[in-house]
Order: sequence, then C-alpha cells, then structure tokens
Amino acid sequence: MTALDTELQIDRSKLKVSDEVAVQITKMNKWFGTFHVLRDIDLTVYRGERIVIAGPSGSGKSTLIRCINRLEEHQSGKIEVDGTVLSSDLKNIDKVRSEVGMCFQHFNLFPHLTILENCTLAPIWVRKTPKKEAEETAMHFLEKVRIPEQADKYPGQLSGGQQQRVAIARSLCMRPRIMLFDEPTSALDPEMIKEVLDTMIELAQEGMTMLCVTHEMGFARQVANRVIFMDQGQIVEQNEPEEFFNNPKSDRTKLFLSQILGH
Amino acid sequence: MADMHSEADLAFVRETMLAQKEPPIAEQGALKWLRENLFSSWLNAILTVLSLLLVYWVLAHTLPWLLRGVWDAGSLAECREIRDARYGDGVDAACFAVITDRWQQLLFGFYPRELYWRPILALLCFFAAIAPVLFARVPRQMLGFTVAAPFLIFLLLWGGTIWGPLTVALGFVIGWACIAFLTKPLGRLVATIAAVLLPIIFWLFLAGPLARELGNILPIGLEPVGSKDFGGFMLSFVIGVAGIILSLPLGILLALGRQSDLFLINKVSVGFIELIRGVPLIVWLFTASLLLNYFLPPGTNFDIMLRVIIMVTLFSAAYIAEVVRGGLAALPKGQYEAADALGLDYWQSMRLIILPQALKIAIPGIVSTFIGLFKDTTLVVFIGLLDPIGLSNSIRATTDWNGIYWELFLFIGIMFWIFCFSMSRYSMYLERKLTREHR
Ligand SMILES: Nc1ncnc2c1ncn2[C@@H]1O[C@H](COP(=O)(O)OP(=O)(O)OP(=O)(O)O)[C@@H](O)[C@H]1O
Ligand SMILES: [Mg+2]
Repeated sequence: MTALDTELQIDRSKLKVSDEVAVQITKMNKWFGTFHVLRDIDLTVYRGERIVIAGPSGSGKSTLIRCINRLEEHQSGKIEVDGTVLSSDLKNIDKVRSEVGMCFQHFNLFPHLTILENCTLAPIWVRKTPKKEAEETAMHFLEKVRIPEQADKYPGQLSGGQQQRVAIARSLCMRPRIMLFDEPTSALDPEMIKEVLDTMIELAQEGMTMLCVTHEMGFARQVANRVIFMDQGQIVEQNEPEEFFNNPKSDRTKLFLSQILGH
Repeated sequence: MADMHSEADLAFVRETMLAQKEPPIAEQGALKWLRENLFSSWLNAILTVLSLLLVYWVLAHTLPWLLRGVWDAGSLAECREIRDARYGDGVDAACFAVITDRWQQLLFGFYPRELYWRPILALLCFFAAIAPVLFARVPRQMLGFTVAAPFLIFLLLWGGTIWGPLTVALGFVIGWACIAFLTKPLGRLVATIAAVLLPIIFWLFLAGPLARELGNILPIGLEPVGSKDFGGFMLSFVIGVAGIILSLPLGILLALGRQSDLFLINKVSVGFIELIRGVPLIVWLFTASLLLNYFLPPGTNFDIMLRVIIMVTLFSAAYIAEVVRGGLAALPKGQYEAADALGLDYWQSMRLIILPQALKIAIPGIVSTFIGLFKDTTLVVFIGLLDPIGLSNSIRATTDWNGIYWELFLFIGIMFWIFCFSMSRYSMYLERKLTREHR
C-alpha cells in the first residue's frame, strides 16, 4: 500500500450516485480463439459510481473494461453504454468511444505531437471544435492536472507521472461522461503514483463515473463506492469497499487480499 | 617520530594557483588524432599504410588522365592529335571534348534547341513546387503553386494548347466536388465512389474532345513537342520524379491495404505487391512498350512515356508498400488503441497518428527505394527511349566520337550521383529534424 492511505482527503458525503444507468452489461461472453476469457458478465454501473476492479493477473479485468469501449469485441450478450447498444455498427462504436474516456497503463500519448496537440486532436477532428476553443479547453484541463507549463513540450520530455496526467487531460478534453482506467499507475515510480491518484480523486469528487482496474487498494478503500473482484473471467464478489476489505466472503477473495495486502 | 610534527606541518594553504599547461605533444591535435584513428595498433597501422598505397595507386592511374583532359576538339581523332602534340604519342589523356560538344544532347535529348528554355523553366517550377513540401520554413502559401505546378510543368514540357492540362485539372475538380457536395445528401461511400468514377469517365470520354473543341475556339498554347524528342537527363528526370511522386501515395495505400482486415482489399494488395515485385522491371517495361497496346481500345494513342511512368510507378509502389508496412508494424499497438479510444475514425487515425510515425521510421527505406527507382530509369534504353545511356550509345555511333567510353560514363555517373546524393542528404536532414522535434 502506498503513502496514499494517510494523505487522502476526500469528502465521501459529497459523492452522489444517481439511479440513472451509465453502463449496462448483461450475460456478456468473450472468447480469444477457444479461450473463454469473460464468462456471463452481468454488471450495471450507475452514473456517478466509482468502481474499482481487482483480481489476479489474467483474470480478464483489462478485457472487461476494453469491451466497454469496444477495443475488444464481445461475442455474446449485450453491452449498453449511455443508451447506445454496442454492435458491429461503426456509427455506434464511434459515438460510444467519443463519450467514454480511457487511460492506459503505458499512457499511449502520441509522441510526434506536443502535449497541447495531443489534447486538442480529438476535439478538433471528432467533435469538430474550432481550434481556438479546443486549445482553451485543453489548457483548462492541463491546468487541472497541474501541468499547463508543459503544453508545448513533447511527451518524451515528460516524466511518467506527468505523461499519465496528460493522458487523463487528453481524455477529459472530449468531455466524456464515463472514464475507464486500466492500471493507470502500475508503470509508475512510487512518488509519481500519488500525483496521478490525486488527479483521479479530484475527478471522482466532481462526480465522474469511473471504472478503474488498479492494484492501489488504498485508492479503492477511500474513493470507490464498489469493489469488484474478478477471477477466471467471472465476477466472483462485489461489495462496498469497507465490507470487501474487512469481511470478504469468498475464499478466492480472501486469498487474493492476503496476498496483495502482504499479510 | 610522528609526534615530532607540529600542527603547522600538517596544515597546508595554497598561495599561488598553478597556471594551465599544454598537454604533452603526443596528446594534442593532429598527432593525437593520427595515433587514435590511424595507428592505434599494429594491425591498424598496417591497414592504414595499405589503404594509402591503394589510394595512391588509383590516383596515380587516373589523375594524369583526368588532368591532361582535352576540352575543345570536334572529334575523337582531333582529340588524339591535340594530345599527341601536347604530351607526346600515346600518353593517357581524357577527351572531355565530347561533353563540351554534346552536353545539350545529353541533357535534353532531341528537344528542339530553340525551346530549351521550356524544360529549364519547368525545372525551376519543379523546385519552387517541392520547396514548401520539403522544408517547413518555406511559406505555406507556396503550396497553392505546388498544386498548380504539375499542370504547368506538363504544358511547358509537352506544349500543346493550355486546354489539355486544364481539362485534366477539371477532372480533379469534379472529384473534389463529388466529395464536397455529395457526402451530405448521399453518404460518404457513394460520394467516394462518385469521386473516383466520374473523373475517370470524364477523362476517358469527355476531356479529349472538350480540349480539342476549346483549342479550336481559343488556340492559346505552346508549340507541341512529342515524347519521342525527349531524351537525356530530362527523360530520366521526368520519369524518375513522376514515378517518385506518384508511387509514394500508392505505396502507402497498398501498405494499408495489406494490413487491412477486409478480406478482398487485403488479398488484392498482397497479390499486387507480390506480382509486381516478383518480376524484373525490364519485363514490365517491355510490357508497357509492346503489350499494353493490345489491351487498349484500338486507335488509342497512349503516350510511351506515360506508359513507362505508370510501370515505374507501380513497380516502386510495391517496394514502398513493403517498406511502409515495416514502419506500421514497428509502431506499438497502444498507438492504434489510443487513437481508437478517442473516437478517431480509420482514416483520421491513419493520417494523424499512425502514418506520421510509421513514415518517419520508414524514411531510410523509402529514400533508398526512390534512389533505386531513379537509377532504374536507365533501363528504358532497352525499349528504345533515349535516356543518357541510350544517347551515349548513339553519340558513340557517330564517326566523330566512335570509340569513346569513359568520359561519357563519367559524366553520366556524376549527374546521377548528384541527384541521388542530394536525396540521401535530404533524408538524413529530415530524420535529424524529426528526431529533434520529438525528443
Ligand atoms: N489479444 C489476446 N489474444 C489472446 N489472448 C488474450 C489476448 N488478450 C488477453 N488475452 C488473455 O486473456 C486473459 C485475460 O487478459 P487480461 O489482459 O484481461 O487480464 P488482466 O486481468 O488485465 O491481467 P493483468 O492484471 O495482468 O493486466 C489472459 O489470460 C490473457 O493471456
Ligand atoms: Mg490488464
């Protein structure tokens, strides 16, 4: 666990979960070739929820959230994002993608574009925002992740933590209604983890719907309203963090927690 | 006796600072360089001496020949007389008079002498047109000229009425208009198909008669010059440059096609690339010169240079496609995913994210393909076009210059080398510039 435990200040009473559905997954199955990665996933995410997905390596966490913006294609069942059903219809896919932001473990910034260009690219080309306006929005979000002074640099000139914050700002520039995070801090040094988590906490505080795959259990405990534990492509257990950590029900969860918490 | 030392003995304060001294002779300047680079070991020293001997031997044989060169004479025989008079019988001496006598032919082929200003002006237009593409410092407004330049250059080189190039340009305008005005009402797919088909139909059936009619009404233009009068470096240059400019976009499309998930597009691209690459260029050139006429409607007069340009373009596009594919494969998967996750569509993510990076990786390969293409233009000599090599043969066939080889080939070699070397330097400049920008 990280330094986050003590430093985190978040006013949980302000975090509201509405009863409006943001993502609805029913009986979803996915195979890689003959390998059954995701089995009968049922998951409803309400607007304003902060969900942390945990589980051992290879349990299908990444695959699950990548299905939500169709970076992976599911083979059966139904995924509905903001009322749009994901099928092979390209129009729907593009619509969902422009409303769902995603942050990757390895940031995936575009190395040939400056930080500012990274942030304005999608608004200009997908949303057809005028360049000037897109740049203003980008600067606004770069300020929010506290790196406006790096706007004219290239990604290669930034530290890992700074790059990940740029990646978050880049997604935010599209004004997404849902954010997906796939292990956003696991490629970072300990000092940088905190700066990225702080940014994510601020985001949570503003009411963003978030699905986050992470091994930062401190973050899960303090920010999440729900923790989902996955194993072998299935959701094994889900609960609110307090219960999940203090009173795990299944043996798999107990084993996982004892391993990850180191005692 | 240690305790005999007083504290004053141990303490030390420097009062005068030492001045800087020169390093030992052996560590300085030329001597150091020589030792480190040429004589660092026995083996290295031996190799150095051997190389020096080799260089000496080569220069000893060529320099006198070059320096004694005769520059003004009307024929090889005259050259020999002058040489014998100057240096004595049978001494080795170059006869560069053939170049002073025939350089116009080597550069322009049989292009009418009084019209040489046209290819020269066309060359200047070409430089002005590529400047804004090659160098970011050149003002962007010049790109407008770049778009118009191909038509202007065509008019300057081949002449004829201005309506020919204008109707061809009109075809492009029709294509653009299809995209601009049909996308909204009919959807992108229909608009794209229309943008490809309508101009082709226009060029095949309407452009010719239209240009002729307009030419009859308003005969503005330049004196026409046929492709058969083209020759020398002008010919190599026109074929080479047209091939280079056309094969890059085609090669990129083929590379994307080969990566595509769409079965038909993928198989067509792979088939095309493998077919074109698997057969020697010379075979394709013969196909261009002999066979193509069988496939075309009888009576079509399909210009031989145009046919050669098409073949050379297809040939180098197949190579470019493979080089670009290497660049595409070298990009991390995360770049594709990030572009997708932001909602960019296929063409946007290719154009804005993937290709800029893939092409940067592929620059060295692309440039060496281009250099290869440019040198391969000399193969057109086999289908009867008079490139510099072809001209050197016909110059040698005249009684005046019968038996002259080295001087002509030296000249031709130098001309090709200048062009290829500039391309290579430019690619290095571009790579350095892009690396600097992205760090
Ligand atoms: N493109 C793919 N093709 C085939 N198998 C894959 C592919 N991507 C993932 N897998 C397999 O699917 C399973 C789930 O992968 P996934 O990346 O979702 O796991 P994860 O829970 O995110 O693990 P980690 O914590 O290591 O990131 C793994 O066994 C992996 O080997
Ligand atoms: Mg993963």
